[in-house]
Amino acid sequence: MASHYEAPIRRPLITGEKSFHDVTVDVARPVEGKANKAWWIVFSIALVAFLWGIGCIIYTVTTGIGVWGLNKTVNWAWDITNFVWWVGIGHAGTLISAVLLLFRQKWRMAINRSAEAMTIFAVFQAGLFPIIHMGRPWLAYWVLPIPNQFGSLWVNFNSPLLWDVFAISTYLSVSLVFWWTGLLPDFAMLRDRAVRPFQKKIYALVSFGWSGRAKDWQRFEEVSLVLAGLATPLVLSVHTIVSFDFATSIVPGWHTTIFPPYFVAGAIFSGFAMVNTLLIIMRKVCNLEDYITVQHIELMNIVIMLTGSIVGVAYITELFIAWYSGVEYEQFAFLNRATGPYWWAYWCMMSFNVFSPQFMWFKKLRTSIMFSFFISIVVNIGMWFERFVIIVTSLHRDYLPSSWTMFSPTFVDIGIFIGTIGFFFVLFLLYSRTFPVIAQAEVKTILKSSGERYKRIRENGDSLSGTGADVRTSHIKITEEKAITPKSTEDTSKQLEELLKGIGTFDASSETVDDLKVISGVGPKMEEVLNGIGIFTYLQVSKMTKREYDLLDEITGSFPGRAERDDWSGQAKTLLNN
Amino acid sequence: MEASKVIHAIYTDDDVLMSAVKTVRAEKYHIEDVFTPFPVHGLDKAMGLAPTRLAITAFLYGCIGLVFASAMMNYIMIQDWPQDIGGKPSFSFLENLPAFVPIMFELTVFFAAHLMVITFYMRSRIWPFKTAENPDPRTTDDHFLMEIAVHNNEESLTNLLKTTGAVEINIVEKDEDAH
Repeated sequence: MASHYEAPIRRPLITGEKSFHDVTVDVARPVEGKANKAWWIVFSIALVAFLWGIGCIIYTVTTGIGVWGLNKTVNWAWDITNFVWWVGIGHAGTLISAVLLLFRQKWRMAINRSAEAMTIFAVFQAGLFPIIHMGRPWLAYWVLPIPNQFGSLWVNFNSPLLWDVFAISTYLSVSLVFWWTGLLPDFAMLRDRAVRPFQKKIYALVSFGWSGRAKDWQRFEEVSLVLAGLATPLVLSVHTIVSFDFATSIVPGWHTTIFPPYFVAGAIFSGFAMVNTLLIIMRKVCNLEDYITVQHIELMNIVIMLTGSIVGVAYITELFIAWYSGVEYEQFAFLNRATGPYWWAYWCMMSFNVFSPQFMWFKKLRTSIMFSFFISIVVNIGMWFERFVIIVTSLHRDYLPSSWTMFSPTFVDIGIFIGTIGFFFVLFLLYSRTFPVIAQAEVKTILKSSGERYKRIRENGDSLSGTGADVRTSHIKITEEKAITPKSTEDTSKQLEELLKGIGTFDASSETVDDLKVISGVGPKMEEVLNGIGIFTYLQVSKMTKREYDLLDEITGSFPGRAERDDWSGQAKTLLNN
Repeated sequence: MEASKVIHAIYTDDDVLMSAVKTVRAEKYHIEDVFTPFPVHGLDKAMGLAPTRLAITAFLYGCIGLVFASAMMNYIMIQDWPQDIGGKPSFSFLENLPAFVPIMFELTVFFAAHLMVITFYMRSRIWPFKTAENPDPRTTDDHFLMEIAVHNNEESLTNLLKTTGAVEINIVEKDEDAH
């Protein structure tokens, strides 16, 4: 059908021979399966870090903010640095789900769910810091404009710190609603697949009884579009307001009008880096390489390169304006950043944020998974240093040289920061085992236009109509099955050659034989047959797609469709990873 | 409505479903509902569903948010306890307006987003502890289900549906009214 047309020059966004049912199975697998050892190890580490952070927070609250490294001159340091860093990381989720939706970018669909999850978890971490810094967190509700026992004393609505309260809470709540609304159809999918009653109950509860009526979908799409339209200015406003915390002050190095766009670009930059860090690991652990492809990573790298360059322009503009303004305090602030005692932090920031993304101009580097992961970590560190440089180096040498000082964090500062990283990963790891990590309903809408299998069918000039059917789920009850034509058994050598070309041959000198009987559906007899063909390892089985299954059926002639029904390749992949 | 009989035609492909919907509509049958695992673009038009007005409600909710924020700022900062903050006395709403823009913007978005989503949930009747109403669990995986009311025309309807590429046709007694 014409509606599924996509220019042939576009590379497929979903690789492998995926049908609609495959998307369901692949997205449900991490939720329905058991956690592997790697997950438990990472989760334990994150949990320990989180608990350590809780300890440090309790120590701070019971003893006082004096346990931090703050002093009379540097009276605002890691707390606000970490706050801005986490809020910034949060921005990529909304950018991917909202801005890319408005621009009709199909590649967002594989990553928007996790990016939004990351946003919400990152904003949790960010929100912790102002609350801890209040000293008496149980009085946090005082930031709300509520009638109180002190007469009609209200909060100060002229203060950017109060604007922050409204911006962050609106951002968190709207992101949460956007995320959850998108999750409803996917939770419904898990609910309808669930076998165990407990799981069924939980997913029935969280899917709000989603039924998937045509009218529901019409409203769903309209709501997504309007929410995207609202979230786009919202996400820009949030970091703009965060930058007002500094820009409305009179501290040299802070009161610059370039801050709002500069902070927003930096936020998107750091957020995409964090998305890359998380998804490069997740696609591997959850076997989602067919959905989060190298092309997705490449596109994210291009965004990182672009926003990194915008940040670079902002850094240089700041320097130029400081010089051009003729204000010597401003000039000193920037000279001190680059050449003062914190020169190392400044040059870390410069090289990590401006220089390192420039490698992404090279196609070879931006399509390398290892390199992308490395750069994403570098950028995460660089963006933390950016906030540290802006905050600490602007404060540590003020107008009065006798009060000049340095800042050194105590173990409590470090502990709380590490604790939020732990908390973030605890949430993300739990999410990755209980939530549908890919917006499968959305992915199914683009499967026929951007799936590798359907692109091939279309390019062969065949109709896509009816190709959504899947032998594993469709049992045609009304039309009689066509008589199965007997296959000639002698002419299998060509299929055999094709099959081995697809999955690779077994090299007895460098590889060992795996016990194929472990795969459910393969008995001793079938193993013998497979060995006879030349299939000995899980690696070979894992590479099988629909095409190879069909070839195998043609060769063996026994149990047609068995391999596909039992998902041998998926089983082999899991065996390989454990 | 009395206990009614409905026919459930199940399809395995969105394109087949679309042409089936068009055929059934052309034959002047009334389609009660279609359950799909993902949004099939153009299905609402093919079924003859009215366009949704949720975007309009979002606009109205946004206006309410803006008015609420303005009134709140005026009451709190100008009327109830005017202060001179940083040499900028709060005696006039218009003169102090720039400082209120962030709050007014945030509350506009807050009202528009949340009230629209709540309206969506209420209109589509989805909320926690609501029981799902899709007649077949496969409709959240890769099956598409068309529900048509039967009024003593079982046979002709079944024959028509058979030609549209349905893989299953079931006649179901609907004992209770779903809505």
